[in-house]
Amino acid sequence: MLAGTAADARIRPAGELLDAATPRSQALRRAADRGFLVLCLGFTALAVLILGVLLFSIWQDGHLRVSMDFLGNYASRKPADAGIRAALWGTVWACGICAVTALPVGVGTAVWLEEFAKPSRFTSFIKLNISNLAGVPSIVYGILGLTAFVRAFGMVDADRPIEIGDPDTFLYLRLPFGNGVLAGGLTLMLVVLPIVIVASQEALRAVPRSLRAGSLALGATPWQTTWSITLPAAVPMIMTGAILAVSRAIGEAAPILVLGVPIFIRSVPNNLMSDFTVMPMQIYDWANRPAGPFHELAAAGIIVLLAVLLTFNAVAVVIRQRLHRPLQ
Amino acid sequence: MSTPTDATATPTGPATLRRPEAVARPDTRPPAEPCIVAHGFDGFYGEFQALKQVSIEIPKQRVTAFIGPSGCGKSTFLRWMNRMNDAVPGARAAGTLTLDGADLLDRAMDTVELRRRVGMVFQKPNPFPKSIYDNVAFGPRLHRSFRRADLDELVESSLRAAALWDEVKDRLHAGALGLSGGQQQRLCIARAIAVGPEVLLMDEPCSALDPKSTARIEELIRELERDYTIVIVTHNMQQAARVSDRTAFFFEGALVECGDTDAIFTNPRHRQTEDYVSGRFG
Repeated sequence: MLAGTAADARIRPAGELLDAATPRSQALRRAADRGFLVLCLGFTALAVLILGVLLFSIWQDGHLRVSMDFLGNYASRKPADAGIRAALWGTVWACGICAVTALPVGVGTAVWLEEFAKPSRFTSFIKLNISNLAGVPSIVYGILGLTAFVRAFGMVDADRPIEIGDPDTFLYLRLPFGNGVLAGGLTLMLVVLPIVIVASQEALRAVPRSLRAGSLALGATPWQTTWSITLPAAVPMIMTGAILAVSRAIGEAAPILVLGVPIFIRSVPNNLMSDFTVMPMQIYDWANRPAGPFHELAAAGIIVLLAVLLTFNAVAVVIRQRLHRPLQ
Repeated sequence: MSTPTDATATPTGPATLRRPEAVARPDTRPPAEPCIVAHGFDGFYGEFQALKQVSIEIPKQRVTAFIGPSGCGKSTFLRWMNRMNDAVPGARAAGTLTLDGADLLDRAMDTVELRRRVGMVFQKPNPFPKSIYDNVAFGPRLHRSFRRADLDELVESSLRAAALWDEVKDRLHAGALGLSGGQQQRLCIARAIAVGPEVLLMDEPCSALDPKSTARIEELIRELERDYTIVIVTHNMQQAARVSDRTAFFFEGALVECGDTDAIFTNPRHRQTEDYVSGRFG
């Protein structure tokens, strides 16, 4: 440590070493800097271009078909009469059910895992599996939904269902659910649940430990701390995750397909057991037909789908802003 | 209560800081009763023993400073006094530690009530991302339900006690994160006071603050002493000399020496203490 010891004699001072080293070319460094920037801009432009071309071609194909009639009519064999009404409302119902079930279950799970569970093999096993589930193809959840929700594990005879209430009113429940909109919404909930849980976990982890300590030091119980301090601070990130999750649910066709929902429907859900279809399935059906007017309908359906997606996102953004007004 | 206007009127800069040897404050008060008492206290993190056979009496309504080099166990000891170590995996303790005779290490001890009685101010100001008002009202609301007017009054009296009222009275509902670091720390003190504690534990409360804010907090500590038992951990020896009545010097988990602050700084009994307070190591 001190100067003048024997070991130091072999060590040359920093200045001397710096002078001895070969300088890197300034011009080369600047060029590499520039090049990297251009590369990144290029990739961004490519992504934007692909999206632009996609949107433009869909708009070209479909915008003439988007009208109040298109929104208000049911599907039809005659393209001129065909509309997306059943699928539009089916999507709103199914994704609404998905959102209101996935949020509490997902956030609740994340709160337990992050705030209350003692670290153990069991909890790390659960965490690992939840992360893995986020990558499972959605059709797998469709099969689970079919077994659990549509058929209730075969515990109740589908030909003699248990019924409560009047099928013509909102207050109607049936066991097994059958391929109604509740089964569809819950299946979508299964699809997005891992995304919601993982996003909420990350949101909770991002809340500084010092806030929790401050709250506990005032005599707050762990639950009071979570509810009044940790969760409010995590809400913006949780909502961002929820937006992502519901956006995914809106676009899912595969798990709904597995439930065996009819494609051709001429009604709008009026209770949780109603028959339904969703927009991706309707679009798939139209796109599957020979080129011509039905492909225009498919493009129009995509425009409506994107509009619904943006609406859901806008609502979530508003909720996020409301719950977390920046305090400055 | 306190008169924060005086504090704002006279800017307290580094020029007014007293040197340790200049401390001469004859204590004419009657001897204080012990508040927190440790006897043969051992603290562990897993296998590592952070505190060894610590015996100390913290007097009521006095300021006790814990000094010592980093890692000497003083913060750990502080965190046992309100059981904040419960959250640390592997933390355990042996020996006795009592608050007004009640066993602090008792598993059945209600930590919620304990932490209401023993408040804590942290090293880095940690106001909640809420309004100034809600920061102060947070603690009281946890424990009781108030009529609005009473809560308003409690918030005002706590902010006054923390010498912050005059600076924030016009923006009580603005965000606490908009305050300066020193103001945030005083807000944290107000927040701790608002639940009616008997003891305030301060873990290096000024280490993240500039000298001027530090002087304000030190001044505040001297005022709070009239109503609260204060334990302050500090790395700043001048600070210990300025604010405390009693000083405890920790080294490698052991309490080397504890006594009147004047005595510790002018006439320590142990060589290690003398070396440390005179800046020869640490």
